[in-house]
Amino acid sequence: MNIKIQVVENLAKSEARGRRRKNTSAGSDEIITLNNVSKAYATGAPALNGVSLRIKKGEFVFIVGDSGSGKSTMIKLLLRELVPTSGEINVMGYDLTRIRHRKIPKFRRNLGIVFQDFRLLKDRNVYENVAFAQRIIQVSSKEIKRNVPSILATVGLAGKYKAKPRQLSGGEQQRVAIARALVNRPSILLADEPTGNLDPKNSWEIMKLLEQINENGTTVLVVTHNREIVNAMQKRVVTMKKGVIVSDEEKGGYIDDED
Amino acid sequence: MRISTFFYTIKQGFINIFRNKWFSLASIATIGACLFLFGLFYSVLINVQSIVKTAQEVVSVEVLFDEGISQERIEEIGELIDKRPEVSSKNFISADEAWESFKEEYLGEYADGFTENPLENSASYEIFLNDVSMQPALVSYLEGLEGVRTVNRSEIAAATLTGVNALIAYVSIGIIVILFAVSIFLISNTVTIGISVRKEEITIMKYIGATDFFVRSPFVIEGMMIGAIGALIPLGIIYVIYNQVIEYIVTKFSMLMRLLSFVPVETIFAQLLPVSLILGVGIGFLGSIVTVRKHLRV
Repeated sequence: MNIKIQVVENLAKSEARGRRRKNTSAGSDEIITLNNVSKAYATGAPALNGVSLRIKKGEFVFIVGDSGSGKSTMIKLLLRELVPTSGEINVMGYDLTRIRHRKIPKFRRNLGIVFQDFRLLKDRNVYENVAFAQRIIQVSSKEIKRNVPSILATVGLAGKYKAKPRQLSGGEQQRVAIARALVNRPSILLADEPTGNLDPKNSWEIMKLLEQINENGTTVLVVTHNREIVNAMQKRVVTMKKGVIVSDEEKGGYIDDED
Repeated sequence: MRISTFFYTIKQGFINIFRNKWFSLASIATIGACLFLFGLFYSVLINVQSIVKTAQEVVSVEVLFDEGISQERIEEIGELIDKRPEVSSKNFISADEAWESFKEEYLGEYADGFTENPLENSASYEIFLNDVSMQPALVSYLEGLEGVRTVNRSEIAAATLTGVNALIAYVSIGIIVILFAVSIFLISNTVTIGISVRKEEITIMKYIGATDFFVRSPFVIEGMMIGAIGALIPLGIIYVIYNQVIEYIVTKFSMLMRLLSFVPVETIFAQLLPVSLILGVGIGFLGSIVTVRKHLRV
């Protein structure tokens, strides 16, 4: 493999922190690189089988496929929740096959993650749910007080910071989750079925919000089932089936399963 | 670590305690029971030791000499006794003194019939020991000395006192070890439940990039708090009841008072307070850190 070592010019925030990373991917602007990645669980067929994928900084990518296609496994590999059986994964210059355990938290601070079921802390209000993300990375209370209202305004929830999750609609809860994912200014936003629990109107709003986030420079990966949205948004679509990538198109659409 | 993070962690620790009140209470109660028993045994042990020490001062060894022994030899024997490390003090009782005290104690006015000292050969050394358990060694040494006729001793008293000391120590150590094992187990259970209650929160924390330390420390704080509270409650109880118990014993068994010398509560607490706190917090720390390492493989 052609290995070039160079400092990745990342988000302004990352630069401010003075972080230097090795980028072992082929292209300078590739933020996610999967090289012939396979993942087999102890039982059954491999979940991923020789997947190679390159995602550039600032891209908006849909990953689509039925259940069992390997999407979830891919997300888990990108989060370094799982380690591949073979192949190489490089995310933001971190070699995820070799990263040390104690470096994982630092790596994850560059990823924002949004789930289908929102995963908000039910006993805390909107403000605390977002502030939580900052507390974890040990941001000072003063900075938290400045950052949280601004990010809540970005997702359109400025007026609801005192509400508890159960007082919010599904769409609003997902906005809180997105705010939480964004407040630490990640380079990449991973959204795992973000509209899976939402009605069409809210789904659209969330997608528009993700698009807006992407336009502001964050690389966005969306794993989804939502055919209408994928077809309408005309973004890059990576289609997976039974652990392999069956198509990867710029401005693609949702490919119907012929089975 | 930032100060705000520190306070956040402490706060989360408290929240953990309140969130599973009943398990926290159960753990506090167990640690409390352990440390209460520990405090009780400790108080009893210290007092028994103090009483044994007083009793040791009463238990003595008596050395009688051969008939017609010279005064010089008696003094030589006295010097040899003084050299023994287990000897705390000795008194020389001359034949006349022995007769005087015998007369006073048993004969009273009937003693007038005696013109000579019938206890002419009863001059003796009365020897007091530092440590009753050393009595047999001293006795055999004394019996080997030239000019010594007999050595009188209170073997039973010595054996009993030594035995009581050892027994109390062993029993307390045994019980306390068992109780501590139970406490650690219960704290571990409480923390396990705390972790399972906050499973979702922990998962989110891990995704956001919390360090192992950040995820684990509230649970360790929780364990240590439980330990500290579990230590302070029995200490308070012991402090209150200690004087009452001693007062009760003193009034009920006033005849024993000469033998019993109790240690004031302040003296007991000078050691019991720090030891209990360290044990309580230590158990809490141990119980939680083991559990957190096992269940929070973050």
